[in-house]
Amino acid sequence: MKQIKILGTGCPKCKTTVANALEAVKQSGIEAEVIKIEDIQEIMAYNILSTPALVIDETVKIKGRVASVEEIKTLLIQ
Amino acid sequence: MFDWIQQFADWLIYDTIGIAAHSKLGEALNFFVYDSLKILFLLFLITFLMGIVNAYFPIERIRNFLSRNQLYGGEYLLASSFGALTPFCSCSSVPLFIGFVKGGIPLGVTFAFLITSPLVNEVAIAMFIGMFGWKSTVVYVISGILLGVVGGMILGRMRLEPLLSEWVQNLLKQAQREEELEEEKKSLWDRLPEVAREAFGIVKSVFWYVIIGIGIGALMHGFVPTGFFERYISRENPLAVPLAVLMGVPLYSNAAGVLPIVQVLVQKGIPIGTAIAFMMAVVGLSLPEATLLKKVMSVRLIAIFFGVVALCIIISGYVFNLIL
Repeated sequence: MKQIKILGTGCPKCKTTVANALEAVKQSGIEAEVIKIEDIQEIMAYNILSTPALVIDETVKIKGRVASVEEIKTLLIQ
Repeated sequence: MFDWIQQFADWLIYDTIGIAAHSKLGEALNFFVYDSLKILFLLFLITFLMGIVNAYFPIERIRNFLSRNQLYGGEYLLASSFGALTPFCSCSSVPLFIGFVKGGIPLGVTFAFLITSPLVNEVAIAMFIGMFGWKSTVVYVISGILLGVVGGMILGRMRLEPLLSEWVQNLLKQAQREEELEEEKKSLWDRLPEVAREAFGIVKSVFWYVIIGIGIGALMHGFVPTGFFERYISRENPLAVPLAVLMGVPLYSNAAGVLPIVQVLVQKGIPIGTAIAFMMAVVGLSLPEATLLKKVMSVRLIAIFFGVVALCIIISGYVFNLIL
């Protein structure tokens, strides 16, 4: 099972990303859990400078912008 | 450059809908159509151009450059200019702050970046061009960058490291130069759809603020007599600038909506310096950002940070009133 983490301190953009990730999982039918990380110390462990960031299986895939449903689906299939 | 939009507005309001050209309603409606189209067009154009620039200077590269190079004071100017170039989201200010600290970048330089980043952003620039023209925009951008440099230098001198949160101070001790990072290699062409989508997203997110702001502005434009506000906020009133700054701080998220009103205030007689100071306070000092910063620094440091920036804004407001 894949694991998607959305890093963000709770801004509107982060919420959109979470919604997009859930939608992408639903549409692709791939088994994956979506976890929201809001703790800043935990976020900084991924060494990113801008949020929201999308992490799949502990690798930062997208940072600083909202990832679209299509994009997340493509990343999930890889 | 915007004649075609004016022609369209004239055609729509006067010819098609048929409202008399010199009636108050006609003027207000015409102004509303013209201004909203112009601003939305500029917003998309500027965010798109900034997106392209950003594809070349991602924030990670800027941080690593500042982390690896000693510039003998030049780093303040560089950090501040980069702050102007990067898009700002208050939710990114904390990760950014920590990222800079971890890279061993001095606190003052980090502050220089943090001051300019919201102050000179794509939305503010686009709206400024649309409402006050190119010349005022250049003045605004340059003074925003200078404000970041001066504010950063003052804050850097104050040795504020002990006022950071404990876990941040620990990070400070382990700070190290950033390694060269591997970047995704993507041609500009490949990135364009992404950049355009981002630009569209930004325009969409401020759309209603702009429309409502311009709507109120249009009403004032048509119905409030010239010189009306001047009676209350005149050039001679020495307290006008600080008051404008104080009023601006709580208005953060409505920056896109506030500027159209500021424009009308200027047309109706408020000095441009006071208006710019107000605008800088609206976009540069935001309470949501202050709340977020509490995670990395003490309330006292936030107060010092905001105090220094507010002071710099007030001073530049007076300077603008003198020179513009």
